[in-house]
Amino acid sequence: MSGDAGPIEGAGMTEGTSKRGAGEAGARLTGRGLRVGYHDRTILHELDIDIPDGSFTVIVGPNACGKSTLLRSLARLLPPSAGSVLLDGKAIASYSAKEVARVVGLLPQTSIAPDGITVVDLVSRGRFPHQKLLRQWSEVDEQAVTRAMAATGVDDLAARPVDELSGGQRQRVWVAMALAQQTPLLLLDEPTTFLDIAHQVELLDLFARLNRTAGRTLVAVLHDLNQASRYADNLIAMKDGRVVAEGRPVDVVTAELVEHVFGLRARIIEDPETGTPLVIPLAPVS
Amino acid sequence: MSRAAAVAARPAGGAGRRVIRAGDRMSLVVHRRGAIVVLALVVFTLALASVAITLGEYPVPVAQILDTFAGGGSDGVRRIVLEGRLPRIVLAVIAGAALALSGAVFQSMTRNPLGSPDIIGFNTGAYTGALVVVLLLGGNYVAQSVGALVGGLVAAVLVYLLAWTKGVQGFRLIVVGIAVGAILHSVNAWLIIRARLEEALAAATWGAGSFNEAGWEKVVPVGIAVLIVVPLLVLFARPLALLEMGDETAQSLGVRPELTRGVLLLAGVALVAAITAAAGPIAFVALAAPQLARRLARSPGVALLPSAAMGAALMLASDVVAQRLLAPTQLPVGIVTVCIGGLYLVGLLIAQTRRQG
Repeated sequence: MSGDAGPIEGAGMTEGTSKRGAGEAGARLTGRGLRVGYHDRTILHELDIDIPDGSFTVIVGPNACGKSTLLRSLARLLPPSAGSVLLDGKAIASYSAKEVARVVGLLPQTSIAPDGITVVDLVSRGRFPHQKLLRQWSEVDEQAVTRAMAATGVDDLAARPVDELSGGQRQRVWVAMALAQQTPLLLLDEPTTFLDIAHQVELLDLFARLNRTAGRTLVAVLHDLNQASRYADNLIAMKDGRVVAEGRPVDVVTAELVEHVFGLRARIIEDPETGTPLVIPLAPVS
Repeated sequence: MSRAAAVAARPAGGAGRRVIRAGDRMSLVVHRRGAIVVLALVVFTLALASVAITLGEYPVPVAQILDTFAGGGSDGVRRIVLEGRLPRIVLAVIAGAALALSGAVFQSMTRNPLGSPDIIGFNTGAYTGALVVVLLLGGNYVAQSVGALVGGLVAAVLVYLLAWTKGVQGFRLIVVGIAVGAILHSVNAWLIIRARLEEALAAATWGAGSFNEAGWEKVVPVGIAVLIVVPLLVLFARPLALLEMGDETAQSLGVRPELTRGVLLLAGVALVAAITAAAGPIAFVALAAPQLARRLARSPGVALLPSAAMGAALMLASDVVAQRLLAPTQLPVGIVTVCIGGLYLVGLLIAQTRRQG
């Protein structure tokens, strides 16, 4: 459970944050009856979701089940054709783009680093929603960028061009940019893809730390069920554009669920390190 | 903590940057190297302009020029300097800056140094629009400018629609743009062939891109167009830079991609159209200036102000060469820019194929 509310202005952090997964109390970001699709293909079907404040929520599900689509609509990137995403009880579409970007951050699966941009330049771009045309840089911006680079350990790389960095370093730079945005809510779309296992753990530990010490609400789409079980305090399992299960990993991750959601027979044991569920795959259900 | 302190001691806002503050409410981030490049280019352009104004069929020494500006001098000299050379220099500078800005906008939008309006058919379209007005409808200068704007926009919309598959991807847009430009080229050739000889000759000279007919009556509307468009560019310059990171990343930072692209598409085409109406489709300044400026300023992505300064300097230099190379024969400036730009384009294409191959 998260301790302090962090530097959030007017944050609707209420007392009931311990009631994880139950919704209702303390959820700044919610979706009600969301139907989202591209062209004539519907991806999300009348989906309801609550992101408990202060939680580390992880969304899992098979490929093309609508995880990324859900994340995009929560960040206002995709308008739903029915239902609505609510931020602090108001339709997210009623805020300006910059207003949303001061509260909800999103780290997309792929971003492009402009040719020759340095690490500190890129991280500084995360401050855009807080800046104005005639007020392009303040002390607060400076501190946010410095802290974000320190938290992700890229401060030593500050003056290096991003193109020259390794994959792991580059991903940390993008995370730093999202952190510099200083949003109370941060959505992460498969943040560990393309990283080796050591870098994956390093990054997930960083997220866990941010969640616990800075009180940021995190929502991550992850592929690895075991990592999801280990790091999440609220797990959402999706299938075919619907939420199938939600709650603490220890309650949610069962052999039946894995078979139902992923079509995989599996044995669930207790992770000897953390006590969280550990999925041992057996065979795909034919 | 000592680490954080070391970072905090660095110039704010990024590497090689300075923050200029005016009280608590206002602050601007200045790219130091970029500022030096802009300053150097402005000085170069001013120096070149002061030389250019003394050159011509009738050389006027500096003393007489100064005298003329002070209100003295004979009527003849006054006419040559104030009605002939000065507007030509001013038009060349504005045109160079405007085309370079347009090039910078489209190169940034397509994330490709080849994505400039002279390559992807926008200025060919503007020329088509102007030709239709002049040769078929017989309109005046204002009608011709409107024709250029409409032609440029139609070309731009056509290129966008043809290149559209779930959003526009930079390279596809460029290939489609080259094709549309080629088609419009043949339309232009047909328009000129079917015109009366006199009109056709005038249109062909204009089609090469030239400041030989420059006068204040052309500077004023171009200046007004630039004054309307530039504030839009200032307003949308940062969202444009953020879009280079991809739509989703930019959106998550509070940028509205469609709005930004729509406004900038209109602004970029308006700049090209205004210059095309005044001086014809001058190629390659829009292509080369932003990239040369970027290399000099070592800025991340395409920077607008250095591009504009580079465009102005390139265009004025090209025009001086065009006037003096085979004097007294006056070459159209477009021929000089094509020669210089052609070499640059060859280099660019080789570099691109190497990177992709």
